[in-house]
Amino acid sequence: MQHSKTQDTLVGLFVASGIAALFYMALQISNLGTYTSNDSYTVIARFQNSGGLKVKSPVSVAGVRIGRVSSISLDRESHESVVEMRIESKYNNIPDDSGASIYTAGLLGEQYISIDPGSSEEFLKDKSKLDITSSAIVLEEMIGKFMLNKAEGK
Amino acid sequence: MLELLENLGKTTRSSFAKLGRGTFFLTHILTGISEVLPRPSLLMKQMYSVGVLSFLIITISGLFVGMVLGLQGFNILSDFGAEESLGVMVAASLVRELGPVVSALLFAGRAGSALTAEIGLMKATEQLSGMEMMAVDPIKRIISPRFLAGFLSMPLLAALFSAIGVMGGYMVGVGMLGVDDGAFWAQMQANIDFREDIINGVIKSVVFGFVVSWIALFEGYDAIPTSEGVSRATTRTVVNSAFSILGLDFILTALMFGDI
Amino acid sequence: MANSVSSANIIVSVKNLSFSRGSRKIFDDVSLDIQRGKITAIMGPSGTGKTTLLKLIGGQLYPDKGQIHVDGQNVHRLKTADLYTLRKRMGMLFQSGALLTDMNVYDNVAFPLREHTHLPESMIRTLVLMKLHAVGLRGARNLMPSELSGGMARRVALARAIALDPLMIMYDEPFTGQDPISMGALVHLIKSLNVTLGLTSIIVSHDVQETAAIADYIYVLSEGKIVGQGTPQQLEKSDSQWVQQFMNGYADGPVHFHYPANDYLDDLLASQ
Repeated sequence: MQHSKTQDTLVGLFVASGIAALFYMALQISNLGTYTSNDSYTVIARFQNSGGLKVKSPVSVAGVRIGRVSSISLDRESHESVVEMRIESKYNNIPDDSGASIYTAGLLGEQYISIDPGSSEEFLKDKSKLDITSSAIVLEEMIGKFMLNKAEGK
Repeated sequence: MLELLENLGKTTRSSFAKLGRGTFFLTHILTGISEVLPRPSLLMKQMYSVGVLSFLIITISGLFVGMVLGLQGFNILSDFGAEESLGVMVAASLVRELGPVVSALLFAGRAGSALTAEIGLMKATEQLSGMEMMAVDPIKRIISPRFLAGFLSMPLLAALFSAIGVMGGYMVGVGMLGVDDGAFWAQMQANIDFREDIINGVIKSVVFGFVVSWIALFEGYDAIPTSEGVSRATTRTVVNSAFSILGLDFILTALMFGDI
Repeated sequence: MANSVSSANIIVSVKNLSFSRGSRKIFDDVSLDIQRGKITAIMGPSGTGKTTLLKLIGGQLYPDKGQIHVDGQNVHRLKTADLYTLRKRMGMLFQSGALLTDMNVYDNVAFPLREHTHLPESMIRTLVLMKLHAVGLRGARNLMPSELSGGMARRVALARAIALDPLMIMYDEPFTGQDPISMGALVHLIKSLNVTLGLTSIIVSHDVQETAAIADYIYVLSEGKIVGQGTPQQLEKSDSQWVQQFMNGYADGPVHFHYPANDYLDDLLASQ
């Protein structure tokens, strides 16, 4: 068979650029570059209402993302929302009396957990619980209350 | 009425027969792949005509699709003051859907139709039959390398499409419309999951590559060996590939991202 | 049939072969023998399934009834691997040449050698050039099939068919559509290859003059049956009207010039 060098070279270039594109997608487009799934610890918080919080919602301190929500479940007795989050282990100095609140990024944006650092000398460890929590603000509820107040104030 | 039923029965029977032939054909191709691997030169030639020759149409289309996504996305997102999410929007639509689907459709039109026509003409000019008489199995010698080349090229082409599409979205969004450079990438990286989005997108393109190569080669091999038969087979390749791609895309999306 | 006596001399034996396509019977209980080392022609008008017969012998089609033995082996009972081994010893020259269009002449002739042997490239080169020289196209080795005339393509295909030194070659309509010079070249080639390589040749053709000039034995087929057989000289003198019409090319005879139709005058008047 006539073996064409240029053809082989072009095929090589094609395959190389395809693989480069795959790497590009993995590292530049996705979160693989910031993946730290192994080096993390779990913290649990209970909320009256976790609103629109979802698995993978960000967990942040002072606006810096330090982890993600890993599971959301319902406590069958207290009817509270039990939220587990994985926090990257390099952030190992969060005081154990910190509080967790659910906020919304912008008016219509996604919901996230913000941790307000406390003043304790003890730090959060794996399976620690956050006791001070404030629930998600549900927009409809707020509007409802506002309308009610208006109506009563009249 | 009776005639209608009879025709319906005939059509159903012949489509089942065709599916049966197609399945047999596929197993034959797959057993032939082991004989292709020791002869890389066979594969190289097909990678060239299937992959390299589709490179240009895929990259140019990817660039333009990405640029359009950038423009349209910006218009919608800026109404909500969420321009920073442009990166996510462009990347998610490309990586999950448009990359695999559009590149597979283009691939069916560019490489699939060419494969059908080539095999159909080889059949019409008795080349396949001649090979059989030379004691060379045409499916293993001719079809298997083409199948393998299509199967390997498709994910690479889809990845190129998505990657270049994201660059096109970046060019328009950041370069022309003034979205913040850092926010574009940061939002994208924060919301596109490697396993959930990228890997699933690649799986889709692998499935599409398999199906389109199979359809194209089978239609060529099963074509009526006349010029009209080959031209019809080529049309069927494009139409059936498009149906299969879009139908399978729905099923795969439901399995991967849906809560069904 | 005197099976045991002459079986060593018979390379292909077709017994009680029946084959039909849809409802059309192409062969109806046909038996014929092809002698080793001879040129046997199978003749008949177009559409009598001569090519089909070659495909049946090559094992590409399956008969409805009957058997075909090639070199003592029942073609349709063989396993795929054994059939392929047998096919390496049968060359077939297709009407169109069936050259692989994406390779040049040299690679086409080298194709069966590369597929079936592990010879070094230098040996393949020698063999290919020898085969091409035998058909007179050694100088055309770098041309692509699309650059060849019909006659040249057939000669290249012939070189390819003899590449593996087969026992026999089947020629499918080798003379159709050739100008007198390439026709003469092909007639000469088939004859000389048969002698020099000790081949058995089966020619399927409807070109009476050329075939009769080189064939040792002729079978004439019509409508699924053998209507005449013998050496060219015997057929010349055949008292079958049909054979006479075919061999001499009369326009009308047992085979009518008109395709079966109802009465001409009725037909003309009926259209109103």
